Amino acid sequence: MILASVRKVVRHGTRFPTRHQSTGLAPRPSRLRYGQNQSDPRGWESVIGLEVHAQILALSKLFSAGSGRTLGSANSQVTLFDASIPGTLPVINRRCVEAAVQTALALQCRINPVSTFDRKHYFYADLPTGYQITQQRKALAVQGQMDFSVLRSENVPHSYYHSVGITQLQLEQDSGKSLHDAVAGKSLIDLNRCGMGLMEIVFEPQLSDGEEAAAMIHDLILILKRLGTCSCKMEEGALRVDANISVNRPGEPLGVRTEVKNLNSIRSLANAIEFEVSRQIAVLESGGIVENETRSFNFSAKQTLPMRDKEAKQDYRFLPEPNLPPLRLCDTPPGTPTDKTNPHIINIHDYRETLPEMPNVQRQRLMTETGISIESASQLVDQPNHLAFFEKAMTHKPQNPQILVNLLQLSVVEMLNILDISLEQSHLSAGQLVELAEIKHNDELPHNIILKALKTLVEKHYPSAESLIQEMDWRSTVRNVNLIQGLVTEALRNEKKLVKRYFKGKDEQKVAVSLAKIVDKSYPGDLDMKLVTQVIRDSLKEMATNTQ
Amino acid sequence: MLPAIIRPKGPPRYRSVLLGHGLMPSDLMQRSLEICDQITDLNAFTSLRKSDDLKAEAKKATRRWRQVENKSPIDGMTIAVKDNFCWVGHPTTCGSRMLQDFVPTYNATVVQKLVNAGAIILGKTNMDEFGMGSGGTDSIFGPTKNWWRSGLAYEVSNWNDERLPGIETGRVDSGATDDWFISGGSSGGSAVAVASGACFASLGSDTGGSVRIPGAWHGLVTLKPTYGSLSRHGLIPLVNSMDVPGVMAKSVEDVQLVFGVIRGVDPMDSTTVIPPFKDEPPKSVEGLKIGIPQEYHCDGMSEEVLQTWSDVADVLENAGAQVKQVSLPHTPYSIVCYSVLNPSEVSSNMARYDGLEYGLRTEQNRSTEALFAENRHLGFNEVVRGRILSGNYFLLKENYQEFFGQALKVRRLVQRDFVNVWSDDVDLLLTPVTLTTSPTFREFSSLDNRTQTTKQDHCTQPANLAGLPALTIPVKLSESSSLPLSVQLIGPRFSEDTLFNLGTWLEKHLQFPNFGLTSMRIEKEITGNDRRRK
Repeated sequence: MILASVRKVVRHGTRFPTRHQSTGLAPRPSRLRYGQNQSDPRGWESVIGLEVHAQILALSKLFSAGSGRTLGSANSQVTLFDASIPGTLPVINRRCVEAAVQTALALQCRINPVSTFDRKHYFYADLPTGYQITQQRKALAVQGQMDFSVLRSENVPHSYYHSVGITQLQLEQDSGKSLHDAVAGKSLIDLNRCGMGLMEIVFEPQLSDGEEAAAMIHDLILILKRLGTCSCKMEEGALRVDANISVNRPGEPLGVRTEVKNLNSIRSLANAIEFEVSRQIAVLESGGIVENETRSFNFSAKQTLPMRDKEAKQDYRFLPEPNLPPLRLCDTPPGTPTDKTNPHIINIHDYRETLPEMPNVQRQRLMTETGISIESASQLVDQPNHLAFFEKAMTHKPQNPQILVNLLQLSVVEMLNILDISLEQSHLSAGQLVELAEIKHNDELPHNIILKALKTLVEKHYPSAESLIQEMDWRSTVRNVNLIQGLVTEALRNEKKLVKRYFKGKDEQKVAVSLAKIVDKSYPGDLDMKLVTQVIRDSLKEMATNTQ
Repeated sequence: MLPAIIRPKGPPRYRSVLLGHGLMPSDLMQRSLEICDQITDLNAFTSLRKSDDLKAEAKKATRRWRQVENKSPIDGMTIAVKDNFCWVGHPTTCGSRMLQDFVPTYNATVVQKLVNAGAIILGKTNMDEFGMGSGGTDSIFGPTKNWWRSGLAYEVSNWNDERLPGIETGRVDSGATDDWFISGGSSGGSAVAVASGACFASLGSDTGGSVRIPGAWHGLVTLKPTYGSLSRHGLIPLVNSMDVPGVMAKSVEDVQLVFGVIRGVDPMDSTTVIPPFKDEPPKSVEGLKIGIPQEYHCDGMSEEVLQTWSDVADVLENAGAQVKQVSLPHTPYSIVCYSVLNPSEVSSNMARYDGLEYGLRTEQNRSTEALFAENRHLGFNEVVRGRILSGNYFLLKENYQEFFGQALKVRRLVQRDFVNVWSDDVDLLLTPVTLTTSPTFREFSSLDNRTQTTKQDHCTQPANLAGLPALTIPVKLSESSSLPLSVQLIGPRFSEDTLFNLGTWLEKHLQFPNFGLTSMRIEKEITGNDRRRK
């Protein structure tokens, strides 16, 4: 058994080379699954490949001057070209090409200096031309790689890095939308979306479950938002994911796959994959066969269902688009003589230079530079304003960045949520957070006081945390043992009933807490409650010894 | 009283008619409208503008000329436009039931440029459905008949205005009842509109010879320009990679004027390009190297076409041109290649006609698919449906390489043949346009559309495959049928200036006769003074 599991790890290790040995994360765990019938000890492997359609954030459509934002009322953003009026021709939108180049660079793709467009034919009411212009034969970019982190969660025992290949990234047109009125027996068509620029990103089938898929799309969204190439509003359909799913016995070839289309949230994606994998295992274990079909996901029922338009064989009859010359790009470093550069041709070099830091690189940098956990680093990467705040705090060189980031991500965030304000709207400065983190690290003040100070600093302006601490005189009160001892002694004297209960040996814990609360009343919130409780226990014990 | 046209020395040229003889657009418009009335039987137009509107426009153009504020050299020129160019507010049918009610809301770039230049568009001309045909016979509006020997009374004279003897102008007698010579296609209506004198020039579109064939059969000068020199924006496509707007007129000069107005890069058509700048002035006839491609001599080419070809070669040689035989070895495969590429693109281009956004919409409501099928079945004729089916077959995944992929390779070879000839120091090629003079409807319809296209396009479609410019020049009237015979000049990309130059020279030396309706003949010359008194 042990030998078997070692072998599994090795195989996964060779299939998915881990590039991040240096960061010290545990390797990718083995993901063998077992159905109801566990007669076969080999279990099942699941293999998932994603295809993403990301709407390009642009003022106009891919090949027309139609508005690139689908906010208007139905059919209000449709040019003659979008409606396929005869005689109109496509004219490529430079911005869409730039966005695709940026995205391809971020995804470590090889960008083709010459790419071409093809027509993909199918008859559908919301596809007015009867074909979609796409890049089938020679895509804009190929052979990329997406590195991302899968974070610890209830289904993931520990965080790890993973890397998935990208087959290609291509430009293509979006279709319109059909609305079916079942009562009136009519279909209505809205062409606002028709012709908008899409980047289709095809990933290699190198994922093994819903969590990995969710983590990859989570990081992809971060990248696209950071580049500004897609709004990534999945609920609006700006980013849509199709998942190709299959299961197989370890060591055997991949199984027959199904495609689950148009997953419009990260949760749907993870749930659809988990459902579909379980379904396929159940089908196979009961002796059935998995059909190569397209399925849709019903979010409320949490299940996938075959789509009705299941065609026996779809032949798209691809044809090179004759109205668009090949798309040429150059990659010319600055200093190249101007007679060799053409301002009308997009220079890949310009975009490589201005590429922002990628989330996974940033995560690893934060971890190695500051020693914080991957979970904390990931949260920072997810929230650019928190990251900026953290990086500003780091200029003060705090001794323990993890304490600092914990205060930020747990305590400050909670206070902001209660007050319903953003970090920018609060009065807390990065320097003040560092002061408190240092106090916490050196254990100069108890945790409850630090929280109280944080709350005050969020709500009110103070020149520094120290100035608040001085004002409240916390250093002389909170851990003043004489003061606390006096307060405790007084409380014990006043609360005879509680003391009696204590000596009866009942509710010792409760009594101590009640007494602590009474003591706290004299200096509400300003005492080290841990210390107070300790003093109460000690005093009670002392009383007990004295009476014996 | 009709305004006079003084017969110039040579074919009508807009500028000389206008400036040389003081005739104004208004006068010319009146004649145009008369002619339009007289040629209705020929079925040249699918729609004509209201005569009041036309007269009003002509009046404005007249005023501009009088005040020397003309917008362009073709201000006020009457022009007919093939019914596959979009023109705001006017039906654009492509000769198809599918688009019978289609009224565009935008202008084709070439139409817009004509309008901007002050040209007056008379109306839209008849065509084979979506340009699929070489006879001018397959339109929802019925066939277009050739102007020549159609039964209309016309006169043919030499450049000295002397009636030519022995010219048969009577209606064709082929033995069949109600037979006629076909106009040629697919731009048949545009050819008839110019030949009849209804307008000075017309726009056609040329995918495999659709401008040159009807032009040659009508004794016109026609230009199929370099692919990419004219915008196709607003031209309803047949085959995007070969389509090009073409110009027809009775003189090289008018073709040149119109081409000058409509040429140029259009941001709306990504396949238009700026022609490479040429330093040298166009060569004169002496010293020009003319190639005679042997492969253009093919089966079925008539004796008189061959003779005409050889006569013109002699004329050039005698004038000092170097005429030599050259070889374009892949020419025989060109038409086969065309027969695959054309339906493949057609099947794709026709996919948009589902009847939802525009086009024929039937009452079928069983399902979306059934609606599509019925709209398309009733909207397209058999030729169009046949090409869609074969195109779909060629593009199937399992057939693509064998048919479409192979055809693309052959296209490259055909194109390379031309490149080799140019690099062998040949300036232009001289070839026939068609295999024969215009056949009668009866002869033509004895073969199906596909066979006819294959036959008729032999000499014309290689220029489309290679994207090259070609100019056709009328040479003479056939001694047997009194129908026009023409030759074609093909040049390297963007060699239009050289073509025009040689075309003008040939025009002058060949002196193709003038022709016009008898009713339009002006017996008495009116001098400039007379006009001013009127």
